[in-house]
Amino acid sequence: MVDGMTPAPRDGVINEHRFAIPGLDITPLPPAFRVSLRAGPDDVGALSQALDVGLPVAPKSSAIGKSGRQALWLGPDEWLIIDAEADPMIDLEKAKAVHSAVDISHRNVALAISGRRARATLEAGCPQDLAERAFPVAACSRTVLGKIEVVLLREGPERFRLECWRSFADYAWTFLSEAALAARP
Amino acid sequence: MLLIACPYCGEERPELEFRHAGEAHVARPDPIAEIDDAAFEAFFFLRDNPKGLIWERWRHVHGCGRFFNAVRDTVSDRFITTYKAGEVRREVVRDDEGGYQLKGEER
Amino acid sequence: MSGAMRIAGKGRLVPARRVGFTFDGQAMQALCGDTLASALLANGVHLTGRSFKYHRPRGILSAGPEEPNALLDVSRGGNTHTPNVRAPVQEVFDGLVARSQNRWPSLTFDLGAINNFLSPLFPAGFYYKTFMWPKAAWTRFYEPVIRAAAGLGVAPKEPDPDRYANRYIHCDVLVIGAGLAGLLAAQAAAEAGADVILCDEQPAVGGALWHEIDTRIDGEEGFEWAQATAQALSGRDNVRVLTRTTAFSYQAQNMVALVERVSEHVAAPARDQPRERLWQVRAKQVIVATGAIERPMVFSGNDRPGVLLASAARTYLNHFGVAVGANVGVYTANDSAYAAAFDLADAGINILAIIDFRDEVNEGLRELAAQRGIDVLCGHCVTGTAGSLRISGMRARPRSGGPERKWKIDALITSSGWTPSVHLYSQSRGKVVWDAATQRFLPGPPVQDMVTIGACNGTDEAAALADEAMAAGKAAARLARAAHDGASSDTPSQSRPDLTVQTSRAGALLGAGSREVLKGGKAFVDFQNDVTAKDIELAVREGMRSIEHIKRFTTTGMATDQGKTSNLHGLAIAAEMLDRPIPEVGLTTFRHPYTPVSFGALVNHGRGPLFDPTRRTAMHLAHEQQGAEFEDVGQWKRPWYYPQAGEDMAAAVNRECRTVREVAGLFDASTLGKIEVVGPDAAKFLDLVYTNGWDKLSPGRCKYGIMLREDGFIFDDGVVGRIANDRFHVTTTTGGAPRVLHHMEDYLQTEYPDLRVWLTSTTDQWAVIAVQGPKARDIIAPFVEGIDISAEAMPHMSVREGQVCGVAARLFRVSFTGETGFEVNVPADYGKSVWDMLWTRARALGACCYGTETMHVLRAEKGYIIVGQDTDGTVTPGDAGLGWAVAKKKTDFVGIRGLKRPDLVADGRKQLVGLHSRDGRTVLEEGAQIVADPHQSVPMTMIGHVTSAYWSENCGGPIALALVENGRQRIGETLYVPMAEEVLAVEVTETVFFDRAGERING
Repeated sequence: MVDGMTPAPRDGVINEHRFAIPGLDITPLPPAFRVSLRAGPDDVGALSQALDVGLPVAPKSSAIGKSGRQALWLGPDEWLIIDAEADPMIDLEKAKAVHSAVDISHRNVALAISGRRARATLEAGCPQDLAERAFPVAACSRTVLGKIEVVLLREGPERFRLECWRSFADYAWTFLSEAALAARP
Repeated sequence: MLLIACPYCGEERPELEFRHAGEAHVARPDPIAEIDDAAFEAFFFLRDNPKGLIWERWRHVHGCGRFFNAVRDTVSDRFITTYKAGEVRREVVRDDEGGYQLKGEER
Repeated sequence: MSGAMRIAGKGRLVPARRVGFTFDGQAMQALCGDTLASALLANGVHLTGRSFKYHRPRGILSAGPEEPNALLDVSRGGNTHTPNVRAPVQEVFDGLVARSQNRWPSLTFDLGAINNFLSPLFPAGFYYKTFMWPKAAWTRFYEPVIRAAAGLGVAPKEPDPDRYANRYIHCDVLVIGAGLAGLLAAQAAAEAGADVILCDEQPAVGGALWHEIDTRIDGEEGFEWAQATAQALSGRDNVRVLTRTTAFSYQAQNMVALVERVSEHVAAPARDQPRERLWQVRAKQVIVATGAIERPMVFSGNDRPGVLLASAARTYLNHFGVAVGANVGVYTANDSAYAAAFDLADAGINILAIIDFRDEVNEGLRELAAQRGIDVLCGHCVTGTAGSLRISGMRARPRSGGPERKWKIDALITSSGWTPSVHLYSQSRGKVVWDAATQRFLPGPPVQDMVTIGACNGTDEAAALADEAMAAGKAAARLARAAHDGASSDTPSQSRPDLTVQTSRAGALLGAGSREVLKGGKAFVDFQNDVTAKDIELAVREGMRSIEHIKRFTTTGMATDQGKTSNLHGLAIAAEMLDRPIPEVGLTTFRHPYTPVSFGALVNHGRGPLFDPTRRTAMHLAHEQQGAEFEDVGQWKRPWYYPQAGEDMAAAVNRECRTVREVAGLFDASTLGKIEVVGPDAAKFLDLVYTNGWDKLSPGRCKYGIMLREDGFIFDDGVVGRIANDRFHVTTTTGGAPRVLHHMEDYLQTEYPDLRVWLTSTTDQWAVIAVQGPKARDIIAPFVEGIDISAEAMPHMSVREGQVCGVAARLFRVSFTGETGFEVNVPADYGKSVWDMLWTRARALGACCYGTETMHVLRAEKGYIIVGQDTDGTVTPGDAGLGWAVAKKKTDFVGIRGLKRPDLVADGRKQLVGLHSRDGRTVLEEGAQIVADPHQSVPMTMIGHVTSAYWSENCGGPIALALVENGRQRIGETLYVPMAEEVLAVEVTETVFFDRAGERING
């Protein structure tokens, strides 16, 4: 690159959006490192060590490491690794175990949905049972919201993290803000 | 909307997360390049369309992403069982009340 | 006074809470809590509309959702309105505007009523017979006239401005219907710890307790007990009580759809308040407590305004405080009508006579009638009524014959018994069973995890009903909890409330269609579709034997009310005619939805921007800033062309095409599907899903790949770059991304599960900027770090990782234009800023931005196919001229056997060729058919069709691609494209029109 040229700055897709009504906040979450990690059952241990977070093996569950790195079970050989600070790709490069790590930091966009009406808002478009009994704190799942695919992680009794593909973020935002107005807890 | 038990997720999930993927246990011949026209026809074109039990594939496409097998009654839409891809075909028998039971697990 | 017919001291509404509404322009007063029906009756209005076929005056029949007659057009006075609203369901609010329907010029004087006198012309099935000649007149004349004359309301033309909501919800126990049975069941289930949803279609719980004031529960009036019980239930964490909520569809695996009328009754709904909410409930157990619906009697003139169901008259009196008339006749085959007669008499209304179809009635009832001075005529039948816009008299005589007596009346209440509401049970795929003893269809065994209780289950006696309901609630809770706890626990047993009930709902299916009664005049069975008893008889005479045929011939039960008050009468008349038992004639299946549901509720959030997701690339804003016109490609918005001041589309595309080949152009290629294939067996896997070989491709190199279906036809194509030994970057067509990934996952998971390779979609990870043209390298050079982009170091079909504009990038040297080309892949959040930086320099060098139209022209100039445009699912690589991309030595890939099928190797296949318009100026039409001889007789033998056709500025003329039988052997031949105006002569050419030597790509 030509000397003195400033590198290209980073944009987001919905990072300026805000939505708050009594009982509900929808907030775009800041960029994060994300890796789609795939591996067979025999390599879970080695990869957990490399990542410093125990990869969950139970369906619909997630784990969080000491540094705050999150590992979400999405399928029997698939995890979504999220880290706000450090790039998990670097740690995975050192891992000897056979695996596939693909950087999807920019593929996904995340939203936090929190408040008394959070569950009702999500249930406007998500057909899964989101009662705490069926979807407790730390539960996560790939599922649908209206007409798009999303990943849902329950971070608290009334707080969810929703991840979707970048080009569906507009839809997710519009859906949630529309559904929120009619949501009855 | 059906409720489908994903054998990988270990629970029933709404049909919206799934995609139907055709008849199950249709083995791709090996080596496929050598088979004659009749064998290719049977493999690629001919499918069952029974009234009653059907062995079919589904994919939990908006869930864990896995393909799996299911036995469904096309009359009642009731799933008799679902099981992982690659497992042997599950046999089903009729019970006294006209329902279905997995073979070997009859009451 | 809110209406002359309101009786002081009667009913549960508060006299001080008045609201105003209008009916056909006339201002009227109502009370808060009135339905449109009760408000009209309070104002002495019975006539609410004209009937569907004969335009006969019709009034309010019922007090519930089964109403067939009183359908009105309702609005808030603005532009939008809702047709066919059932008056007993719509609650009155201040400012409501109601209009009658199917009349012209006015409700009281309706020209269409001539149909009533012409009725001999319109017997059942008339449209199959009467209007058969001349044939052409059916579509041009008869049908439009019949359609205009018949029918009910008029659909609004404006877009629906209302908001609708959806909610998916799971519960242990769903109780449908909040009458006595439903309330007790919900209470029992809730006390046993289950998560309960209790829904009822009425604005308040209670069901039959709305009118049965003689029911006392635990010392309280039944209705009051119901409200208190519902309130206590609502206060629990584990119960949700939904009123104004109709369960309309019972689907597989206990999925029940409810629609809640959220603001239909509100004078000024908040802006954000939805009009309706769809609840998609998944219940572990369902308790159906939907009650029973009263049937009218069938007799000549039974449709006059002022003829009502007995229970409806009771509801209007006991709940709304409204008298349906001052002088009321009663016609019944059932005990329950006596209760209505007594309530009316006790409220000071004159009951002229009770005409009882049955030969005997129990002494108790006789005595109660005598106490009130009411004549009871057993073994009698009503033979006719008088009046036009309102009933004014009735005639009756002994059934066995004898003199006729006449009465002057202004209302007639009737009852021939109660039909258990088995609709939802039937929707759940249960089979109803005929109960000969009580002459009714009852639910058979459940086929889902559900139970029916109360009146809909034929349980009439109050104590038995209460026991049944409480047991059902408890059992459902136990079963549901066992399903999620894996264990069941016993809960303290609830004691049955103390019940006193007078009303009996048992009743036989009598008086439906004794033919001696039905002579002369019209005796209506189906009010909404104007089907008379004679129509049913006619159907039988014409040879219909099954109720399914009779129904279709006469349309009985096929109106929007689905025959809630009429089906059994139709069946009984047919059975009598056929002299066969009712169950043999059969009962029609109950269809979803139970009552009409608005499209708005079904579509709910999926409107406007939420109808279908709109996907935009990371550079979308840049395209907007540059004035691009956009094209929809699947869900994506893609720049189509970038018009400059004064340019139309053709001018812009011509300029873009020229500029790319002369200088260079920037193109947003982000929408191409991208899949990362990673793992030690990645190359092996690609060998199986692509026709060509991947083993020998070195890291840093790219290859064009074709993917087939197993039948040998082209499925998708794209360029694949090898990033590392175990990592490939696969691209797919824009529309093909999800299905290609699904196809690859299918083979990987089910055919080759032992391969150590994984697939990850990266479509949205990368923003892709194609820089194409002689100056492409010049444009990107200053921004690239860590990659030698010289022609020698980075030839066509290569890929490198490095930095572009200071951002980690994958740089591809690929071309879909035939020019020197690069595709810059950067993480999506950098797409816009990298585009802006590249564009600043590109513009300075004289380059342009180009859109999908120019991309299409440029690739066609080079003969590059677009899968799905130049192929249609029946094209092989050989047909498309891509035989070179099929590996000859591989022993397996998807489609290898399909390609050997006899038809795929036969002579005469359609092959992709170019076409040159002989006139040098006419652009062919895509899809146009091609013939060899334009003079042959029609229908001509078509030997192919045009797949792509453009004006090529760079070639100075029109170009086209076409699939033509044996096309490659025909190069040089003249073929013809017959169009509407002229026949165009075309010459068959090679598919490459520009730079046939292919040198520019390597620049």
